[in-house]
Amino acid sequence: MEKEKALEKKMGLATRDAYGQALAELGRSNPKIVVLDGDLSASTKTNLFAKEFPDRFYNVGIAEANLVGLAGGLAQAGKIPFISSFACFMVCRAYDQLRMAVAVPHQNVKVVTSHGGISVGEDGASQQSIEDVALMVSMPGFIVTVPSDEHCTRALVKQAAQIKGPVYIRTGRPKAPLIHEASTSFSFGKGILLRKGKDVTLVANGLMVFESLWAAEELEKSGISASVIDMHTVKPLDEDLVVSQAQATGAVVTAEEHQVWGGLGAAVASALGRKCPVPQELVGIQDTYAESGKPDELLEKYGLTGRRIAEAARKAVSRKR
Amino acid sequence: MIIAKKICKLPLMELPSIAREVRKEVIRMLAQAGSGHPGGSLSAAEIATCLFFQAMRHDPKNPQWEDRDRFVLSKGHGCPVVYAAMAIAGYFPKELLGTLRKLGSPLQGHPDTRFMPALEACTGSLGQGLSIAAGLALAMQMDKKDRRVYVLMSDGENEEGQTWEAAGFAGFHKLDRLIAILDYNGYQLDGAIKDILDLEPLRSKWESFRWNVQEVDGHSIPELLAALGKAKGAKGQPQMIIAHTVKGKGVSFMENNNTFHGVAPTQEEMQAAIKELDGDPSLSQALVAAGKIKKGGK
Repeated sequence: MEKEKALEKKMGLATRDAYGQALAELGRSNPKIVVLDGDLSASTKTNLFAKEFPDRFYNVGIAEANLVGLAGGLAQAGKIPFISSFACFMVCRAYDQLRMAVAVPHQNVKVVTSHGGISVGEDGASQQSIEDVALMVSMPGFIVTVPSDEHCTRALVKQAAQIKGPVYIRTGRPKAPLIHEASTSFSFGKGILLRKGKDVTLVANGLMVFESLWAAEELEKSGISASVIDMHTVKPLDEDLVVSQAQATGAVVTAEEHQVWGGLGAAVASALGRKCPVPQELVGIQDTYAESGKPDELLEKYGLTGRRIAEAARKAVSRKR
Repeated sequence: MIIAKKICKLPLMELPSIAREVRKEVIRMLAQAGSGHPGGSLSAAEIATCLFFQAMRHDPKNPQWEDRDRFVLSKGHGCPVVYAAMAIAGYFPKELLGTLRKLGSPLQGHPDTRFMPALEACTGSLGQGLSIAAGLALAMQMDKKDRRVYVLMSDGENEEGQTWEAAGFAGFHKLDRLIAILDYNGYQLDGAIKDILDLEPLRSKWESFRWNVQEVDGHSIPELLAALGKAKGAKGQPQMIIAHTVKGKGVSFMENNNTFHGVAPTQEEMQAAIKELDGDPSLSQALVAAGKIKKGGK
């Protein structure tokens, strides 16, 4: 409740819903798009495309390995496959298939998953993907993104269809707060500076962008001025923006709904270490699997809140020399 | 021999000598590379010959020809037999075969489309090629193209779960443009398949996944061509040709000798093998008599 007082939280669509809508729109203008889903189309929202274009939609059943291989073959034949499942099942289960059928040959396959992170909620650890970003950034040639809201998602999905090569887009289950305007323009590899400060830079993606904006307002009350970046693309990382803000503020906090090993925080740390070493704190899941619970309860328990981001920011600021 | 015809077809009487030539090139390139998999290439020499010189519609001088049939080598470790067939068909000069597995060569240790786009798929992680081939066939079906996808599988790949995911999909969606040839040579890396994870009853497994299955002697060119002809004309079902073969076929000391699953011949073994393929087994016999060849086998 305290949150709403500090920053108005206007809820938008879940990013998975925005994906489903954008995909159906794309289908109308691009006949090469073919959609594959592994029996989760009602959850990933590819069912919107399926309804409109039944001839270009295949529910391959609960068979993710084959799903990815089919996509590789379709792309080799000139189609543009968008393939969807839960992040866990697509990435963790079919990792070798993504490697051999998509990444190594650099096929034009768009991998769009839902149920990223722990905000999946009650279903528990088996459905909560906390490793997908780390796994996907380690696969050469993939663009890896975690959009924050419906506008960001729509734009990235549409852009994915326009470029050639493999793209990973992670969407989430719950409704996502609106961050951007419908008119905001997005490009892969370009972070968005939402707020400019002097003392610390908060770099976030997905649901953690709103939490970072909340934290920035909270920090303002105690005289700490924070920059906030929506870093929707983890790879290629917008290192120029990270470095310029790190230079301007002298401290960085990263926040992601993913475990801290190998995700956004690690990518930012790598950039800072090479180009602009400043104190950095990482907000994320700390090397553990989560559990069943309401999304908000889980985000609270596993430290993915604006309050925790603000604490991390104070810590980072205090570490400045 | 360079054949630069739009649709690569040779007179039937020439195919046995092509298959022999393919085997010799396999032996030579593996000996030169010093590593690789002879057994599963030699078992597929007639299969590759029938595909590249008779059954498939392709143009070696224009590998990206849009109206081509597609070929996927799912048993990626068998790439020497495909490289040999491609070189003889005129995709690239035979001299390139000597660069197999060497730095910068388009002839990678397992098929890699980054270096040779004509291969259609990156394989070597077993059990994935059938899915990729099914994706190609699905695209043809969606576009109502009268083309075929040929996929050469190993027997060991039938142990992979993904093979059966793909089999189920292809059967259910009636991908009759998909023609799989299964090189049933009976061995996998660690030994005989029947001792590790017996596949039988293999025919009825594929049939139960709604495939039309034919069984042939995989070293009989007439049987292979007849089966491929039937498969091409079939409607409503994906097509499986189980080709019963002998691992290491054509070189007596390699036949059913699983040592040569993944070990390249030495120079001495290469000379003996080439001589034998040319009709003179004396060197091979001498090597065996001298106890110079490790004999695994049945």
